[in-house]
Amino acid sequence: MKRKRWLALFVENDVGVLAEISSLFAGKAYNLDSLTVGVTADKTISRMTICLTSDDILFEQIKKQLNRNVNVIKVIDLTDSFVAERELAYLKITDFKPENLYPLFEVVKQFELQILEIKSGEILLQSVNSFERTDELINKLADGKYAVEVVRSGSVAI
Amino acid sequence: MITGAQLFVKALKAENVEVLFAYPGGQAIDLFDALYDDESINIILPRHEQGLAHAADGYARSTGRAGVCLVTSGPGATNLVTAIATANYDSVPLVCFTGQVPLSLIGNDAFQEADIVGMVRSITKYAVTVRSRESLAATIKKAFYIAQTGKPGVVLVDIPKDIQQAMGSEDYPSSVEIRGYKPTVNVHIGQIKKAVAFLESAQKPLFLIGGGVRIAHAEKELTALAERTGVPVVTTIMGKGAIDTDHPLYFGNVGIHGAYGANTAINECDLLFSIGTRFNDRVAGNKDTFAKNAKIVHIDADPASISRNVSVDVPIVGDAKNALKELIARTKPLALGGWIQKLNELKAEYPVKIESDVLNPQDIIERLNTLFDALIVTTDVGQNQLWTTQFLKLNEHRKLLTSGGLGTMGFGLPAAIGAKLGNPDTPVVAVVGDGGFQMNIQELATAVINGLPVIICLLNNSWLGNVRQWQELYYGKRYQSTCLKRRSVCPKHCEGSDKCPPYVPDFEKLAESYGVAYRRITLKDQIDEAFSFALSQKNVPTLLEFMIAEEENVYPIVLPGKDLSTVKFGKEDS
Repeated sequence: MKRKRWLALFVENDVGVLAEISSLFAGKAYNLDSLTVGVTADKTISRMTICLTSDDILFEQIKKQLNRNVNVIKVIDLTDSFVAERELAYLKITDFKPENLYPLFEVVKQFELQILEIKSGEILLQSVNSFERTDELINKLADGKYAVEVVRSGSVAI
Repeated sequence: MITGAQLFVKALKAENVEVLFAYPGGQAIDLFDALYDDESINIILPRHEQGLAHAADGYARSTGRAGVCLVTSGPGATNLVTAIATANYDSVPLVCFTGQVPLSLIGNDAFQEADIVGMVRSITKYAVTVRSRESLAATIKKAFYIAQTGKPGVVLVDIPKDIQQAMGSEDYPSSVEIRGYKPTVNVHIGQIKKAVAFLESAQKPLFLIGGGVRIAHAEKELTALAERTGVPVVTTIMGKGAIDTDHPLYFGNVGIHGAYGANTAINECDLLFSIGTRFNDRVAGNKDTFAKNAKIVHIDADPASISRNVSVDVPIVGDAKNALKELIARTKPLALGGWIQKLNELKAEYPVKIESDVLNPQDIIERLNTLFDALIVTTDVGQNQLWTTQFLKLNEHRKLLTSGGLGTMGFGLPAAIGAKLGNPDTPVVAVVGDGGFQMNIQELATAVINGLPVIICLLNNSWLGNVRQWQELYYGKRYQSTCLKRRSVCPKHCEGSDKCPPYVPDFEKLAESYGVAYRRITLKDQIDEAFSFALSQKNVPTLLEFMIAEEENVYPIVLPGKDLSTVKFGKEDS
């Protein structure tokens, strides 16, 4: 069944390793939804969180291909086991009008957003939500006919 | 304290490198300078880096040792790419060293700078640029270890010039620990037992053997298992020779040019017991109908090869030799008389053969069977390869080296050179077509200057024959860009062979200019004399130019994308 999957990857913190992982996805035409990377407490190891959409058979193949890479130390499937998954997103509404304040506050409350800045015609929001909920939020703002600029970090999960 | 270049030479010696395939250049000159003082390594100077790495590949395939290449940065490195892909695809252990511009210039578009590590990422097992003098020794150790263990492959080590020159420790480690690399060697006994249970309950079991068995040097074990159980064996092109091709339990190659009986066996078996094959599309034909009546057991060193192209009932990850030993210990003779009889009938009824009165590839290849006991044969890619894999007999003394995965034209001659360097006492024959031969024809010089009496069987039909065959069978005889005699003055629609301009080059004059012995063979009864002439050449290569029929095709052929039973046996069969 095709669905969203999360992988945690422990890799050597070396030049070119991120390129190796991303070019594996490109070269084999695997669909990648998001990829984040950061160094771990052990400075020689980086941890990647990869979100992708695939069926079971392809997902098995992707895990095997990742495991085959010499620079990949460990592959963990978090799909059904993670306890926390969040994505940071900034949303800038560029046509903000004072009469929209109330409906927007509803959204802010519903999605537990933080208002970082308000200036004339612009409001900057911060969201820390799950991948799916961030999708929902963006759809909601777009449906509300706001002109919105979005930047998303990609999910991290543990 | 020694330089990086001196450490490089020390490392090669520690790894027992006997032959180094090397082409110099500005960013590798320090490495070559350090080699000047060494007497123990035979340094071969080919004429092109692609030929160089194919030669290293032929050396590795024929000796089981890593082939080692050294080239300069930029074009030296990029010229390796096709040969690296060829070797890696067929799991051949190569260690390729490339010079690189100094660290401080990387990324500056320096002269002869190329991001070779970035380019070969998807066609190597591991590739790395050395970033410090301190890490050089461990990186080289790692390269040899990774290339030769697990599923073997190509490792590329890119060494910037300043690291070659920098002083540092002279220590070379005897072992290396890589936390991300733990090849599976031992097999899971539970899975083996499951496989044995499947085998014992099957009525029509079949062993499908790929190149993995040859890579694991498990030919004896495979033969023992086949003999113990009585289960028939078919092979892929890469697996051919894993059991003596004259063995009564051997039923031929499968795949789109495989024996009809072998392909029928795949279709009809109820247990496909496969070892060391990835069920490539050339083997499986239409994968939806492949072995549709069978449960599948799959043993492979590479977990990623299992359940990728066909789904598998019993996956077993591990070394083929270990797996076979465990199987031999747990199996018993099976009663398969009817199944074997049926396969024997198919084999007798549908032999792979060429029906022709004129000089034809079957006559030539079969002469290799009768004239030579021990033999190494390399091929190019195309019809020459297919005929060779159809008609060549193989056993423990007779080996076939062919580019099975990537299918690289230009492989045959340089691979034969590498094989001869590694096996000076064994006759080495390259079977090539007139297309592929010209792709690395410059390596004739390498064979001559090293006194290598390789025998080149050039099957000249003046076409890119395999593509021509497809154009004939499936593209309405629209022979676009496949005639090698064709000149700019030729009409768009060719009118036939009597008006053709002469072939370029004249291979006889070409052989003469290189100092290569030469014979042209146009008739069947000239074949024996030609081979005895070639065998009398002790220090020079021989080019035997066989003038075969232009329209000779490879049969049988499974129709594209179709079930393995949908077969064309000859021209009249449409």
